[in-house]
Formats: sequence, C-alpha cells, structure tokens
Amino acid sequence: MSKLLEVKKLCASYGATQVLFDVDFTLETGHITAILGANGAGKTTTLRALCQVVKTTGSILLDGTQIVGKSTESVVRMGVAHVPDGRGTFTGLSVEENLRLGAYSRGNRAEMEQDMERMFARFPILKQRRHQQAGTLSGGEQQMLAISRALMLRPKLLLLDEPSFGLAPLIVAEIFRIMRTINKEDRVSMLLVEQNASLALDLADHAYLLETGRVALSGPSETIKNDESVRRAYLGY
Amino acid sequence: MEGFLHQIFSGLANGIIYGSVALALVMIYQATHHINFAQGEMATFSTFIAWWLIQNGWPYWGAFFFTIAVSFAGGLLVQRIILKPIEKAPVMTNVIVFIGLLLIFNAFSGWFFDHTIKSFDSPFPKDSALTTKYFSAHQIGSAGVLVVVLLGLFAFFKFTPVGLAMRAAAQNPDSARLVGIRVSWMLGLGWGLAAAIGAIAGMMVAPIVFLDPNMMAGILLYGFAAALLGGIDNPVGAVIGGFIVGVLENLLGAYVIGTELKLTVALVLIVATLTLKPAGLFGKKVVVRV
Amino acid sequence: MSSNSADRKWVWIGGIVIAVALLILPFLFKNYRVFQFNLVLVYAVAILGLNILTGFNGQFSLGHGAFYAFGAYTAAILMSLYHVPYWATLPAAFVLCFVFGFLVGFPALRLAGHFLALATFALALAVPQLLKYKKIEGLTGGVQGIVLSKPEPPFSFTLFDQPLSPDRWLYFFTLFVTALMFLFAWNLLRGRVGRALVAIRDHPIAATAMGINLPVFKSLTFGTSAGFTGLAGALGAIVVAFVSPDSFTVQLSIFLLVGVVVGGLASIPGAIFGGIFIQYVPNIADSLSKSAPAAIYGVLLIALMYLLPTGVMGGLHRLWAKLRAKPAA
Repeated sequence: MSKLLEVKKLCASYGATQVLFDVDFTLETGHITAILGANGAGKTTTLRALCQVVKTTGSILLDGTQIVGKSTESVVRMGVAHVPDGRGTFTGLSVEENLRLGAYSRGNRAEMEQDMERMFARFPILKQRRHQQAGTLSGGEQQMLAISRALMLRPKLLLLDEPSFGLAPLIVAEIFRIMRTINKEDRVSMLLVEQNASLALDLADHAYLLETGRVALSGPSETIKNDESVRRAYLGY
Repeated sequence: MEGFLHQIFSGLANGIIYGSVALALVMIYQATHHINFAQGEMATFSTFIAWWLIQNGWPYWGAFFFTIAVSFAGGLLVQRIILKPIEKAPVMTNVIVFIGLLLIFNAFSGWFFDHTIKSFDSPFPKDSALTTKYFSAHQIGSAGVLVVVLLGLFAFFKFTPVGLAMRAAAQNPDSARLVGIRVSWMLGLGWGLAAAIGAIAGMMVAPIVFLDPNMMAGILLYGFAAALLGGIDNPVGAVIGGFIVGVLENLLGAYVIGTELKLTVALVLIVATLTLKPAGLFGKKVVVRV
Repeated sequence: MSSNSADRKWVWIGGIVIAVALLILPFLFKNYRVFQFNLVLVYAVAILGLNILTGFNGQFSLGHGAFYAFGAYTAAILMSLYHVPYWATLPAAFVLCFVFGFLVGFPALRLAGHFLALATFALALAVPQLLKYKKIEGLTGGVQGIVLSKPEPPFSFTLFDQPLSPDRWLYFFTLFVTALMFLFAWNLLRGRVGRALVAIRDHPIAATAMGINLPVFKSLTFGTSAGFTGLAGALGAIVVAFVSPDSFTVQLSIFLLVGVVVGGLASIPGAIFGGIFIQYVPNIADSLSKSAPAAIYGVLLIALMYLLPTGVMGGLHRLWAKLRAKPAA
C-alpha cells in the first residue's frame, strides 16, 4: 500500500499561539484515517494545515510532493478536497451552483455533468432542491451538499471536519454509511476529524489521538477502540 | 398629457445613465461585496482619457474601446496593488481607502486635464436615422450600448464558470479557495469589469452634461439609489432601478417638490430602500441562519 | 514604586506647563492665527462626536457634515432672527442635533458597513441643496447664507501688548467648551456606557444576549454623536461669524472622517490631532496646487490605513509601549 499522505514534524500556529507540536502521521491510499481528540486538541488545525490555510512548518508530502508553502488554491488543485467545520457552503448560491463550483478547477464540462448526476443519485434530496438557495437547506442537507461538492473535485484525498456536528443521529448514521460507500466504490482516501470517537472508530481503518497538539496514540482502529484509557476518556465505558 | 409624457421619456433617458453607473456598482459589489465610493471619479478620469485621445486625432470608436481596455487594466491594477493588502481588513478600512481613491482620482482629473469644462461629442449625431420624436439619437444609442453591456454581463455571470467563480469568491472567499478558485484574481477581475463599465457610463454621460472633474458626483448618488432599488447584487435590477429613479426624479421634480430638491429625492429613495426593502426590488434575499 | 510617583510628578508638571501654555497662547499670536486655533478646537469637538459613533460604536457615518451644518444654522438663526446670546445657542444646538441624530439613528439600525456609509454619504450630498431650498429662504438666508457678528469680550485685558480681541475671547470660550465636551465624553465612555458601545461594535449578537437594548442604545449613540458634532457646528458658526450652504458640502463630512482616522478610531485625545490635521493640512496643500489637497488627503488616508490603522494615538501608544519596555532587556 502506498502512502498518500506523509506528515512529519508538523507545527502550526495562529499568529503567536502555537497549536501543533511536531505532529507525525501517515495516510495509506484508499484508507480512512480518523483524528480524534477533545476540544482544542488541534484536530481542525491539522486539516487546515493540510490545506495551507494556517501558517505551518514541517513537511507534508502528498503523493511524494511537498505542499508546505503552497497556496490553498494550489493544494486543492492537486486533489485535496476539504469539507470544513460549519460546512462552508455558498449559502447565497443554489445547490446546483455549489456543485458546479466543486468541479471548477477541473475544467471538464462533460465529466462535471456526469459527476452531478452521480451526486444526485447518491443524495436524492439534493436533486429535489437543485435550484433552491443553499442557505435554506437543513443542517443535514447542507452536510450532504458539502460532501458532494468536495467529491465533485474527484479528489485523491477528502478531508472531513466534524461531519456529525449538530446533526440528528439518524442523519449522521446515513451520512457515515454513504461515506463508507464512497470510500469503497470511488476509492477516495479520507481523513476524518471527529469528536464523536465511537462513530469515527467504526468507520476508520486507522486512528490518531491528539492531545493538546501532540500525537498521544496511534494504531488500527480496532486496537484504539479496545485501549483502556481511550475507552474511559473518549468512549465512555 | 404631453408634458407628463415628456417627463417620463426624459426620465427614462436619464435612467439609461443612472442604470449604467448602477451596473458598475453592482459589478464591484458582486465581485467583492464592497461598495466602491470612488466609482464616479474613476469613470470621470476614464472619460478624460477618451477625450484626450479624441483631441489627439483618434477616431471615436477607437478611443472608446481603447479607453475601455485601459480602464479595465487600471481597475485591475488598483485592486491588485492598493486593495489586495487590505483584503482581510475590516469594512471600515476598505471604505476609508475607497474615499481616498475618490479623492485621488478626482485630483488626477483636475491635475492632468485641468478644471475648464470641455465638450465631448456623441458618436450618435443629431441628424441620424436614430432620432425619434421623444428621444434624441444619443439617447437611443446610449440605451443600445447599455443593453449590449447588460446582456454581456448577464450571460457572463449566469452561464460562464468564471462568472460563477466570481460570485462565489465574493460571497465566501474561504470556501472559494477550498474549491480551487484564485480569489485574489477574481477580485481584480471584478474591479477591472467595473472600471470598464464605469468608463462606458462616463462616455455616455459626457455629451449631455459636459466634461469636468466633478461631472459624476451627483450622478453617482442616483447610481447608488438605482443600484439599491434594483437589488445590489442584480445587474438587470440595476438597470431597471436606473429607469425608475430617472422617471421618479423627473415626476417628483415637476409635480411634487420642485426641481431644486432632486438630490433629496435620491437620498429619500436610498434610505427608504435600505430600510423597507434592503434586498431591493429584484435582489435575492440571502437567508442567514444564525 | 518610586518610578510610579516620579511618573506622576512628571505628568502633573507636564499638565501644568501645558495649561499655562494654552492660557497665554492667544496673546503670542496675531488674531488670524488665533482664529485658526479656534477652528482646530471646533473641529476637534466635531471629530470627537463622529468618533463616538464610528470609532467606539462601529456605526459608519459619512454624513456628519449634515449635523455640523444643522448645528451651525441653528446657532445662526437663533442669533440673527431671535437675538439669542451666542453661548445659549450651544445647548440648543446640542439638543436639536441630538434629536435629529436620534431620528436618523432609527433607519440606520437596519444598515451596517457600506450600506450605512452609503446612506449617510447620500445625506451629506443632499445637504447643500436642502439649505438652498427657496421655500425656507426666509429662515436660512438661501444661497447667501447668514452673516453674524463676533461677540465682544465682556471685559478688557492686555497681555504681552496684545488686547483681548473678539477672536481671543472666543479662543477662551471655545477652549472652555471643548474641555467640557471632552470631559463629558471621557466620563460617558469610560464606564458601563463605553463598554456597552464597544460590545455592540464588536459582538452585537452577544451584546443583545447580555441584555443591552440594541436599537435604543444605537439610536442614543447616534443622537449623542450628532449632538456633539452639532454643538461643534454652532461653535463654528460663532467663531467664523458666517454660515452658507456651500460651507457644508460632502467635503466637510469626508474631512471629519479623515480627522477621526488620523487621530485614531476610538480615541478621545486623538480628536485633537484630527482637528489640527484638517485645519492645517489643506492650507499647506493648497499652496502646492489647486488639486493638491484632495490628492494629498487621498494618499494620506490610504497610507494611514496601511501604516497606522490606529491613527496617531495608536502609533503613539505603540511607541510609548516600546520605550517603556526597553529597561527589561
């Protein structure tokens, strides 16, 4: 299995405040990896660092290419799609326009039309609301839209920041089920940040536990799930 | 009845100009979510450039298109050089810089081209096939130009990927970056387009009111009113708003409050629109879930 | 410890020196210069008013020239038509402009950022035309405006061979009023009111959740700000002894904003620097060329936004902090 993402000694800061301290992790192609941790551990910052939205030092190799120092737009064009916390949908534009924008950097009209149909097939509710303003969609629908938009990029790597946040359990289950399908059928590698540890560990192959900006624990999800300290602190039993 | 019709048609003719200015304002707003207070002065400066070219022997349409190109480049450069550093700064900083630009462009017009009033000929001469009973050739010609510009813009924003990208970049620059849009360049493009449209508006106005550095000051206000009335994010609305403002200005001036308070009409329109229907008549109400 | 009481001693000495200097200042200069000083003070109060609204409360106004004009005309009309003594016109102007501002504050509630700037810009543009309106010419004097006479000093006095002229008397009057207004503002802004204003500016939703009645507060702020600037306008009318529509174009509103930015947003003492700036810089720039003042203002505004976004006061604070931090190294 080849390494899609290789992160070494990653440090990130917001202005004068350093948030990540020498973080190392890897992501295998085709895998789903989870980053867990409490509030403020640095999970969102990690994803932002991967998109070069925050100031970083260290090394991030995407398929062997160094991305530290590149602009966000360039990283995205290399095949990294980020579903940010808060969904990041273009609330003033229609559902269809949001999807078109997802494929903007690809520039291939025919493929874009095809991909849109596939998104509609996967999330029929989006097809229903095709011309509706995205801001009027419910939380769950916006999450589906956000994920679909990211997939329109035909990304190598999909970054998801707290997809379960603020959503009802039924909707969350549906979304996670679809993410598993996307991973298996479309072979999209995923890096998932979640506060809901048990959900994340059920979906992911591999997991990293962040504590105050450092990697505290890592391993296959089965191992992490059965780890005593993790169970007590994050899984509640 | 004759008088009434005359007021309406005259108002419509004025509306062409207001609509053009409103269009430029909507353009910048669509691209950057900012209101460009310097729009009028930039347009005046562009018109002076055209005037100068014609004085130096250029044919009208050659000067026209060259000025548009230069204005586009100028607008783009202003955004890239002066506005880019404060892209992330608060609204107030941006507004103050726009005022600064307003002052600078106004000063440049006076400096390079002095303050004497100049005449600027219309490309649509008085005795041409276009003259009709109620409208002069110039008015019809200007309307035609405006329609062409409008259709072009409409098509650009609605149907092209770049147009969509520009709208996205204005609404949500962070998310726009996450889909690979080069946001900075989108902003520059918006300014370039607005400057070009402003130049067109200026060149259409100058034959009517004569060219001097303060040509656009009052017109700018009507342009604002028109843009707001039509919906600050709607190009077609801007033009329709222009016609409404033009007609209202004339009707209210002739029959209600007298011609001396015309600017107050614009003021009242602006305040009324902003308080009663902030999205304008045709703008999209953006719903924000708190 | 000792450095603190030494500091305080210096502040006291400095304060006394400045106070004495201010008191003898008008006798060291010719009448015309004193007249200019008076204008500096008048503008400082006007700028302070705008700062309360824009700097502290975050509501953008490009139309404060309208309030200045309203106050000026109030004073002029009261003095010329109703023979009200000049000092009594000030409270009248404050109250009337407060009401005017409060009323303007209501539609302003719905607006923010550029839209408020736009609406107030429109107000500023409309003012000269309104003042020239023929139907109210009897009151306003129409295009020619109203000519007033400068008040005579109530007693005679001479220092350094210079008599207490009307301009010099007005200097002391203006100084007194300015000091009062600054004290008023300082008192108003340093307590709960000030904190509420800033809270509304920075986190309106949170402020509402904490029980601050936003509409009332914001309108009251608009009113107070207008009151200050209106009072400054009245004072200006007295000092200049003349009002006319073309003295109150949109340029005045822009200059007031420039003053706020130069002095420093949300800074009370900064208003003084602002006043100095907008009084003297146009004169200097004018001697260069007819178009120069506007261009210089424009360039300065932009440069200030880049280099000193917190204005002169902000720059001074940073400098002061740097100087004090040195001994630690």
